[in-house]
This record gives sequence, C-alpha cells and structure tokens, in this order.
Amino acid sequence: MANVSGTLKSGTVAEQAGAAKPPIRLFRNMAAKLALTPMMATVIFVFIGCTLWTMFYSLTTSRVLPAADPLGKDFAGLSQYVRLFGDNRWQISVNNLIVYGLLTLVFVFVIGFLLAVFMDQKIRFENTFRTIFLYPFALSFVITGLVWQWMLNPAFGLQKSVRDLGWESFSFDWIANRRMVVYTLVIAGVWQMTGLVMALMLAGLRGVDDEIWKASRVDGIPKWRTYIQIVIPMMRPVFVTALVIVAAGIVRTYDLVVAMTGGGPGLSSQFPTIYIYEYMFVSNLSQGLAASTMLLITVAIIVVPWAYYEFGRRRTQ
Amino acid sequence: MRYTLRTVALAAPVAFVCGTASAADCEVTHWWTSGGEAAAVAEFANAFNAVEGQKWVDGAIGGSGDTARPIIISRIMGGNPPCATQFNPGKDADDLIAAGLMQDLTELATKEDWKAIVRPASQLEGCTKDGKVYCVPVNLHSAQWMWTNRHVYEDAGLTPPTNWSEVVAAAPKLKEKGILPISAAQGWPIDLMLTQVLLPAVAGRDVYIKVFQDKDTAAAGGPEMRKVYEAMDQARKLVDPQTIVPQWNDAVSLVITGKAGANVMGDWAQGEFQVANMKAGVDYDCLAGLGVTPMLNTGGDVFYFPKNSDPAVTEAQMKMASLMISKEVQVAFNLKKGSLPIRADVDLAAANECMKKGLKILEDPNNIMPSPAQMMQRDTINQIRDLHNEFFTNPEMTVDQVQASFVDIIANAPK
Amino acid sequence: MSATAVDPARFREPSGPKPHRRFAPATIMVYSVLLVAAVYYLLPLYVMVVTSLKGLDEVRLGNIFAPPLEITFEPWVKAWTSACTGLYCEGLKVGFFNSVFITIPSVIVSIAVGSVSGYGLANWRFKGSDTFFTILLVGSFIPYQVMIYPLVILTTKLGIYSTLYAVIVVHTIFGMPILTLLFRNYFASLPVELFKAARVDGAGFWGIFFRIMMPMSLPIFSVAIILQVTGIWNDFLFGLVFAGLRNYPMTVQLNNIVNSIQGVREYNVNMAATLLTGLVPLVIYFVSGRLFVRGIAAGAVKG
Repeated sequence: MANVSGTLKSGTVAEQAGAAKPPIRLFRNMAAKLALTPMMATVIFVFIGCTLWTMFYSLTTSRVLPAADPLGKDFAGLSQYVRLFGDNRWQISVNNLIVYGLLTLVFVFVIGFLLAVFMDQKIRFENTFRTIFLYPFALSFVITGLVWQWMLNPAFGLQKSVRDLGWESFSFDWIANRRMVVYTLVIAGVWQMTGLVMALMLAGLRGVDDEIWKASRVDGIPKWRTYIQIVIPMMRPVFVTALVIVAAGIVRTYDLVVAMTGGGPGLSSQFPTIYIYEYMFVSNLSQGLAASTMLLITVAIIVVPWAYYEFGRRRTQ
Repeated sequence: MRYTLRTVALAAPVAFVCGTASAADCEVTHWWTSGGEAAAVAEFANAFNAVEGQKWVDGAIGGSGDTARPIIISRIMGGNPPCATQFNPGKDADDLIAAGLMQDLTELATKEDWKAIVRPASQLEGCTKDGKVYCVPVNLHSAQWMWTNRHVYEDAGLTPPTNWSEVVAAAPKLKEKGILPISAAQGWPIDLMLTQVLLPAVAGRDVYIKVFQDKDTAAAGGPEMRKVYEAMDQARKLVDPQTIVPQWNDAVSLVITGKAGANVMGDWAQGEFQVANMKAGVDYDCLAGLGVTPMLNTGGDVFYFPKNSDPAVTEAQMKMASLMISKEVQVAFNLKKGSLPIRADVDLAAANECMKKGLKILEDPNNIMPSPAQMMQRDTINQIRDLHNEFFTNPEMTVDQVQASFVDIIANAPK
Repeated sequence: MSATAVDPARFREPSGPKPHRRFAPATIMVYSVLLVAAVYYLLPLYVMVVTSLKGLDEVRLGNIFAPPLEITFEPWVKAWTSACTGLYCEGLKVGFFNSVFITIPSVIVSIAVGSVSGYGLANWRFKGSDTFFTILLVGSFIPYQVMIYPLVILTTKLGIYSTLYAVIVVHTIFGMPILTLLFRNYFASLPVELFKAARVDGAGFWGIFFRIMMPMSLPIFSVAIILQVTGIWNDFLFGLVFAGLRNYPMTVQLNNIVNSIQGVREYNVNMAATLLTGLVPLVIYFVSGRLFVRGIAAGAVKG
C-alpha cells in the first residue's frame, strides 16, 4: 500500500481523491452518482416536487380533492393565505410552536448537557442511569402524550395525589388551563428527548482528550470555565447533530399534542401540524396546503442559510 | 422466506382477516369503536357474514371521525378504496362523487323503492346528487338530547330535572357534593351542545335555518342569536374548563358513573347507557330539545361504496347496501346503537322509552330540522366548532366578540 | 476518532482515577441531581406499570401513584388477546407481526440507502452534491402531515399504494435526511489515508464501501439501526395510510383500544396495551444502550 500520509495536506477526502480524475466531468465517479440516485430522486421528486405541488395547489380552491381546474375557475390566488393569516386558530398554533420550540430546545440542551457532564464524572451505576434517561426516547410520542395526560390530569393525577397526601391547596391544573397548557407539553417533550441529547453529549464528552483537562487544571482554570470555553466549542459537531434531531422533532410535533391535550382546552394548545392535517382532508385542502407552504418556507428560510454556513465551512477547514 | 414465515405467522391468530383472498371480502371502514357503537356494527357484520359467500372485513379506525376521515379519503384517492365506508352525510362526499369515485346505487334504490321506505325523505335526499343515489342511510341520529342520571339528583334530595332551567337550578346543590352539573368533552361535543342544541332551542327553528342554510348574516347578527350566545355564556359558567374531558364518551361516562348530573349529547349516547345496563326512566332520563322544545334534527350515518373495478366487490356492495336497509337488520342495528331506524315500517316494540320518545317526535314533520352537515360545508362547520370551543373555554371572550366572529364566518361561508 | 499518541510524560504522574472521599460534597451533589432527574424520568414508567397491574376497581379509586393493593396480570392478558379494537376483540397480537413485517424491511432499506448516500456525500462529492444534501436536511424538518397527500398520489402513480412496499418507501424517504447526516459525518471523520490508499489500489465506489468502510462502521450502523427500529416500530400514521388494512401495525390497534370505551375507560388495559406496544423498542434500548453510546462516541457525531 502506498504510504501517502506524509504527502497529505489537510483537506477533504473528496478533494484528495479527485486529484487524479478522468477528463469527462459528467461521467466522473459514475458509480457514485448512480449510487446516489435514490437520494437525488428523493430530493427532486419528493421534497422538491411535493413542495412545488403543495405551493401550486395552495393557490386554488381545493376542498377534498385537488381542484379540477386549477388555472381556470378554481384559481384562488393568494386568498387562502389571506384567510390563513386572519385565522385565530392559525395564529395560536404558530405561537404555540414558537413557545414550545424555544423552551423545549433550551431545556433539552441544558438538561441534556448537565446530565452528560454529571454522568461523565466516573460515577457508579452509570449504565443504570443512562438507561433511565434514555428509555423515553424509545417510546412513541403517542405513548408519551397519553401517559403525561393521565399523570397531569387534575382529577386523578398528580394534583389529586399530592392533595391526598395532605397538601389540600396544592394545585397543578396546568393541563386544563388555557395559558399553561403549552408548558405541560414542554414537560412531556423534554422528558422524551433529553435522553438522546444526553447520550450524544456524553459521547462527545468522552471524545475529549484527557490532556485538555490536565492542561486546563495546570493552567488553573476552574472546571466550569473549562467546560464553557474549551469543551463546548470542541463538541460543536455533537451539538449540531443533536440540534438537527431535536429541532426536526419539534417542528414535526403532532402526536404528542393530539394524544396529550387534543389541541385543547378550546384551541389553546393547537399546533400548525394539526391545523394542516385537519384542513387537508375533507374540509379545505388548499387551506391546509397554504399552511403547509408557510411552514415549509419558514423552515427553509432558517435552515438553508444555516446549513450552508455549517456544512459549507467544513470545506475550508 | 419472509413470506412463508408471514403466512404461517398470520394464519393462526389472524386467519379471519387474511384467509384466502376470496372475491367476496368486503372491507368496511368506520370509526365506531366505542362500546355501544361496536355492538351495533357487529349486527351489520353478522348479518352480512350470514349471506352465502360474503365476508365483512372490519377496518375500524378509532378516535373520532377526524382520525379516520383522512385515512378513508387517502385510500379512495390512492386507488385502493375500502369496499364500504361510513361517512358523515351531507356535503363531505360531494367532491368525491363529482370525481366519479363513488358507486352509483340508483338501480338498487329504485328496485327496492327506497324513496318510499326512507323516513324522513330528507335522509335519502342527502344521499342523492343529480338524481342519482350514492349512499345508503342506515339510521337517524338526532343531537338534541340531554341525558341525566336520576340517582345523582335523587341522592341530592332533588327531583330529576325535566328541562334546561331545572338543570341550571340544580347546579349549586350538585357542586356542593362535588358532582359536575354538566359534563363536557372538548371539540365537536361542546359545539354540538351549543350549535345544534342550545341554538335552535333558544332562537327557534326559523332562525336556525336562516343562519345555517341561507347564510343570512342579518339573522346571524340579530337579537335572537344574541340571546343564544347569552345562554351559551350561562352554560360555560356551569362548566369548569378543568373538567372538560377528551372524548364524547368520556363525558357520557361521567354521567353514567354518577360523577356528573347531565350531559348534552346526541342519541348515540344511548348505546353507552345500554352497555352499562342502565334503564331509561329508572336510572337515567333522556330529555329531547333540552326539555323545552321537542325538536330534533336529522343527522344520521350513511355508508358509501367507493367504486371498485372488481365485479365481485360491486356485487358485495349491493348486497351490503340492501342488507343495511332491510327491516330485520335495521331493527337489530338501531336497538344496539340507540338511534332511530331509517324506515317507519319496522316493529320497535323492543325499543326503550327514549327511542319511543324520539319516534313520536319525528311523526310531526314540523319538529324536524336538518342537521348542520346537510346545510353547510365541513370547512364552515369546523370553523364554527373552533369558535364556539374558544368561547366556551375562554372567559375573556365576550358575547359581542363571539357573535361578531360568528357573523364573519357565516358571511364567508360558501353556499 | 482521535487517537492519543502515547505521551511519555504521562508515566511520570500517578495514574488511575483520582481517589476521592466517598461523600465529598461534589459527589453528593452529582448523585442527588442524578437521582432527582431519575425520578422525573422514571415516574411515567412507574405509573404505566403500576396501573397496568391493577384491577379496574382500584383504578376507579383514582390515585394513579398508589401501588396496586392486589397485583393482577389480567389487563396484560386482555390487552394482548381480547381487548376490543372496534368490531374484533382480538387484542394487540393481531398487529404484532404486521409491525415486524413493516419494521424489518423498512429498517434494512432505509439504512442501506442512508449509508450509501452518506458515504457518497462524504467521499465522492461532485458539483451540486452539497445542494442535494442541504435540501435533504431541510426535508428532515418537514412534518409528515404536509407530505401525506402528495405522497399518496405519488405511491398511487407508482402502483404500490396500500402495500408493504409503499410503507417501506415512505419510511426510507423520511429516514433519509437524518441517516444520511449521521453516516456522512461518520465517514467524513474516518482517516483520509484509507480512502486514498484504496483508490490508488484501484478500488471503485462499491469496492471501497463494502471492503473498507462497512467493516469499520459497525458502531454507526448500530446507532442507525436503533434509531430506525424505534422510529419505525412506533410509527402510526404511515402504517395506517400506506400499508393497507391487512398490514396495520400494532400502533393502530393501540389507538383503537385506547379510544374505545366499554362503559368506562379501562385505564389498566390501556396502560398494559401501551407498554406492550412499546416493548420492542424498550427492550432494544435496555439491551443495547451501551452500544448506542459507544456507537456515537466512535465518531458518529464528528464532522
């Protein structure tokens, strides 16, 4: 095997491999391109194609089925969007997503990271603790929603149990309270997802060289500052992967809400995905599609620039 | 290898589903999973299975229609439709019919003279489009019922109430005992109580029809509607949002178990009382039209038969439709479900007090109102449902605000 | 994977874990925090198990945290064999094998496609491949509900709607973004020398993948398998929409059981049913939790 390590400069694998390429650019790496066809087909036909279909029909008056004459009499311009923005329920849904999303993201990362730090302290029963924190991720959101709904039910759940123990005035009826119900969703969502983040962080922490710890100790830097200023930046890839998984899970929130609160009380815990799903079938397809488009556009606006920044910069490393 | 394993594995416990794919398997989708409903659907299944060479394959999807409807529509659109499907009557299926996805039953309907049998005629009209019949109505459901647990009131030293005002009056005494005066379930059940029951009872039949059928915004913003919202305001003060339960049968269950005094729900609640072995007039009461005005709207369930290219399936569909509307099956099904049969010429001696009450009210056509689904698009119905749920659980929303929003919805509602 | 070169300096210091007193304040704090967190995490499981072992009268008494006075396994038996899911009262067992037959092929296909795509994106980039990756990443944020309608149309046109194939394809599509991300990061973190050397030796795309990459990636494959098995087993929507009546997974039966009320809600049966449905992924987590962490640590998350 040729010894190439000495002649390697830092750079991407592909750039290295591509150094000796045949002249015809299209057929270069044909096998690779063929192998990537499923991915490309998915991107083109499913993600791009379905998105375009969604946007197109959101400009029509489709009720149950896609409009028969989308460019003619069924064309509705932006009227579905006008209705969407004026819809009380949609506004509540978007609001809830933002509140739930930010809180869950923050708590999942903070708690996940702290738990990982503690678990990294060479404790006993690490396996047990890790299993305890990780198992919720194995359950479906439906189950999580159901169980937390039962537990937080004021009539026979936590509130009643604490009252039975003697604290008569204890009150924890958040789940039936219009203003507080979103926070109960946060409690359940955090419960479900922290374990995964903890596992990712723990793995990342384990990858930190002992030398770093020693060096910072020698330099007299307190441990907590070592974490914040040295370790966390080193764990950037871990944070990124965890961020993608958690954020994707948050935008996709549906089962948890339906199982836990049904969108109630009243409309107070409605979410965009529920709005979309309900309108898509039977009542007003194009309204559902308009809502989908808004969600997609918002996500794209945030994710695309970030993705280019995040994964593009690897090129220059 | 996987497929051999699969066949073997499925054969034992699931033989009745898989079996040999005989041409006469009829897959039926519905959302009747609750106690009384499931018992009723079993009557259909048993009758169908008794027919030579036919088999009912059940595709129940639990949860309210909201879970099942998208699935049913996807299946129809996806070219793998069920053989038969429950659907809400009214305008829901219009688009599907227009797209030619539903089987035409006119031949069968003419042969068996459904026009003469089906009572009231509006039920068959709801299934007719452009002169052709596309669905078979299987029962008559009315929403305007209030169910009370007699023992709850008797134990509190009160006479069981006979109308809405008496329920309201009894509320403080019940609250003292920790019993809910009225139980409510979120979503469409609350809307049912407000829109289908309270509204016509307070505003009268004419306004009800003017607003929902004619989309008359003047009526929607008028003084009768205001009275309605004031009554809704009174209702919401009786119900602590904390006590709102997830599903309609949970709310009925509260009455059955004595945790609540009354619940406003359609006559399908009767099946639950039956499953719990309670007797009408002894354990529970059924008050029509809130005990004030004995009006009933005529909703009901219908079964559609999506078009299928297999002639054996079409034959099965015809047989099923015919069976569902036949005398014996109508009696058996409706007794279990607590709804009223779609034909007047059946013997309902076995029916209980409540059903008999309903039948009596239906004899006078002036007491019959169309159901919202027969008058409005599902989209509009959902918007109203959302608005009324919001009003019911948000004490900050005023009567003026809710009426203004209501007028908006009616103004924008497609005819 | 960072390989620490052996530093002779290490041998001059005392080695081994620093001996600390058993009850140092820091240790106490660490354990207390972990214990409090453990309570938060275990509470729902406790409630589920405890309720599933109670008779219906005890459940009616209302206190969900109280341990059962009389342990009974009847709810479990009922949930598995005779709970009513609509017309049929056959319990969950009906859906068990369907879940298996959906999960196994879906996991295999989605990981096969995801790993190859990740490998291709990491080592064989071409013009535009990064754009594909970015769009794929955006795709991971798209809620399932948004795509259902167009996907029904798509699978119908492909002629596979309402079959196992449709559900496998759909799971592959939705698994692709995260799996590709994981595999891409992993493969990109492997030493470049290996790849270069193999190419110099004349190996092609597939040759390198099967002979060099795969043997080295068992950790990341285990992570991917665990993620996919739990995600696909717990899926409700796709199984219901795409798989066809004969293939309904266990989660559909669970939904029916939980939504059907025979007079009163049978909470104990419902809890037993939820536990039974979640049992397969739970067992997998209990058994391979360590593998999961190790797999991630082995470079799954490096860039």
